[in-house]
Amino acid sequence: MKLTLRALLKSPWVFHLSTGSCNNCDIEILDCLTPRFDIERFGMLLAPSIKHADILLVTGSCNRKSVIRLKRLYEQAPKPCLVVAIGECSMSRGIFIHSYNCPLPLDKIIPVDAYIPGCPPKPEAIISGAVKLIQKIKGTL
Amino acid sequence: MAKSVIPIGPYHPLQEEPEFFTLTVDGETVVDIDIQIGYNHRGIEKLSERKTFDQSTFVIERICGICSTNHPFAYTRAVEDIIQVEVPERAKYIRTIIAEGERIHSHLLWLGLAGHFLGYNTVYMWVWKLREEILDVMEILSGNRNSYAMFKPGGVRRDINAEDIPLVIKKIDSIIPTLTRLKKAIIDDPVLHARLKGIGILTKQEAIDYCALGPTSRASGVARDVRKDAPYGAYDRVEWDMIVTENGDVFDKVVVRILEMYESIKIVKTCLQNLPDGEIDLNIKDIPPGEGIGAAEAPRGETFHYVRSDGTNRPARHKVRAPTFMNLPTCKTTVIGETVSDATIILAGVDPCYCCTERMAVRSIKGKKLYNGQDLIRLSQEKTETIKKKMGIK
Amino acid sequence: MTREELLKDIKDRFKDDIIDFIDTSPTRVYIEIKPESLVKAATYIFKDLEARFNIASGVDTPSNIEILYHFSIEYLNVLISLRVKLDKKKPAVASLTPVFKGANWIEREMHELLGIDFIGHPDLSRLLLADEWPEGVYPLRKDYKEWDKKAIRDRGV
Repeated sequence: MKLTLRALLKSPWVFHLSTGSCNNCDIEILDCLTPRFDIERFGMLLAPSIKHADILLVTGSCNRKSVIRLKRLYEQAPKPCLVVAIGECSMSRGIFIHSYNCPLPLDKIIPVDAYIPGCPPKPEAIISGAVKLIQKIKGTL
Repeated sequence: MAKSVIPIGPYHPLQEEPEFFTLTVDGETVVDIDIQIGYNHRGIEKLSERKTFDQSTFVIERICGICSTNHPFAYTRAVEDIIQVEVPERAKYIRTIIAEGERIHSHLLWLGLAGHFLGYNTVYMWVWKLREEILDVMEILSGNRNSYAMFKPGGVRRDINAEDIPLVIKKIDSIIPTLTRLKKAIIDDPVLHARLKGIGILTKQEAIDYCALGPTSRASGVARDVRKDAPYGAYDRVEWDMIVTENGDVFDKVVVRILEMYESIKIVKTCLQNLPDGEIDLNIKDIPPGEGIGAAEAPRGETFHYVRSDGTNRPARHKVRAPTFMNLPTCKTTVIGETVSDATIILAGVDPCYCCTERMAVRSIKGKKLYNGQDLIRLSQEKTETIKKKMGIK
Repeated sequence: MTREELLKDIKDRFKDDIIDFIDTSPTRVYIEIKPESLVKAATYIFKDLEARFNIASGVDTPSNIEILYHFSIEYLNVLISLRVKLDKKKPAVASLTPVFKGANWIEREMHELLGIDFIGHPDLSRLLLADEWPEGVYPLRKDYKEWDKKAIRDRGV
């Protein structure tokens, strides 16, 4: 494993990006930070800028206007940068698959490392997804 | 002094829907604002025409995760308006309970984030912890934390079990002491008075002119609430008050939202205690051609749905109007003339589904970067600190 | 003023402009009006009757493009919908934004999604769709066809 990746696992900072979601996933991500679930005890912190982040959390169905921003943000991210698709919309566009404004699913635009299904996924599912992502990189999954 | 342009958004690390604001500032004062939306446009109105009347409820529930009850509520009322039927009494009560539970959690969510913007991160954590209790209640009643999928044209999909009711009432009662402490901490706080009073004023005439809705208009003294004006659900069967304040500043918007939570708690409790027996669904089969209109009071204001049926099993046209669509343009009057450090909380005061405030960068017209996004929240938080110091509060 | 007086007042005042008057239920009234008298009627309802402008819905029907302007009169609990029918080839109607600011965004939206021209609107720039969206393609029209060759549809269509 690369040293940069191993260093990342100690305390991965996440940046959250909504590409036309319904807010549910976004709220559940925020919920993970608040006292009941408190994902910060694993060293995970919401980073204020993509330039500080190690993991990019993407929610929503990638509509035309936000896809441009998504690509630009991914280019700005320091590599290695892991991408996690949260919720049904960012996995396959879910219920919005026939919409005129959502032409492509997320994994056809940027490479995705982990998928967390659910509409919305519960905070427990998000935490479990984060654990699995770390296991995947370590090679223990 | 040269004017500078501040783009705000569209992405905000804290959360939620992207919107794009461009503030033009002259020194510290905002002189112009331009709002751009569309980062969230998914063509739901068109999608709804592809689905059957029953399936549509699931699509429109995903318009917004926070008001995921009030969109189906307005839509089902519009469909019932086409057929001209009244839903059974028990279904009305269940709908009201779910809608009010959602109002409590939505207002709590707003309060927490407003606390964060002002530099009161303790408020943010406290309030969101309290919000979990409400989400637990909703999970007991409907089976999901958000997106409850309870509504269908003609009734509700799931019944409330009688054995759940005592537990739910106990849980709702348990949040009242904490809420009261929060209310005291916020309403009696001299720092917040200094920080929020008199900023971002929306006058009564402007509120009428912009057709503002919900807490935004009620804080400006326009007594406008669909639940009172055109009662639906079980709102005319329980006792509750409409909260109206006169000043129209951000402080009043906070007060309206806090006091509304108490009313919602009252409504949920009364409805649960007086839940009538009977059917919960009319089992509607055919929807005749015609047009119908439904409205419901969401946490942010009135949601409005217009549905046209041409006799097939799909809507011929479905128009959705969310409250923020009418409320957001009011920023044009409220933000102009205020300082940059206040712009954050004024924009947030509308409760626009937030995203506005982060990843903003202050640029002078020549394109040189002066501040980045985090700095604007910092500016807002520092102003609170300065006021605290002036008052001698640590 | 009661509901009957209100409706009679509107009927008398605009008797030359009203094409059709449908009174469906105690809380809903649909009034079809000539497009050229829309501003006059809307101003009267908004300013003199102190109604609230809810929203306008544009509908693409087989014969026309319709716009419904919904106004609610809160003290009577009546919802008045003014209907105008526009020519499908070149739909255009006078803008209501000079009368009240609440009509600004919805007219921009209808201009964008249905291709209706609002004469006298201060700024009909794009509100929702992306910059790459082609001119003259209106997604809410019934004859809308997917224009983007790159769009992937893996379940039908």
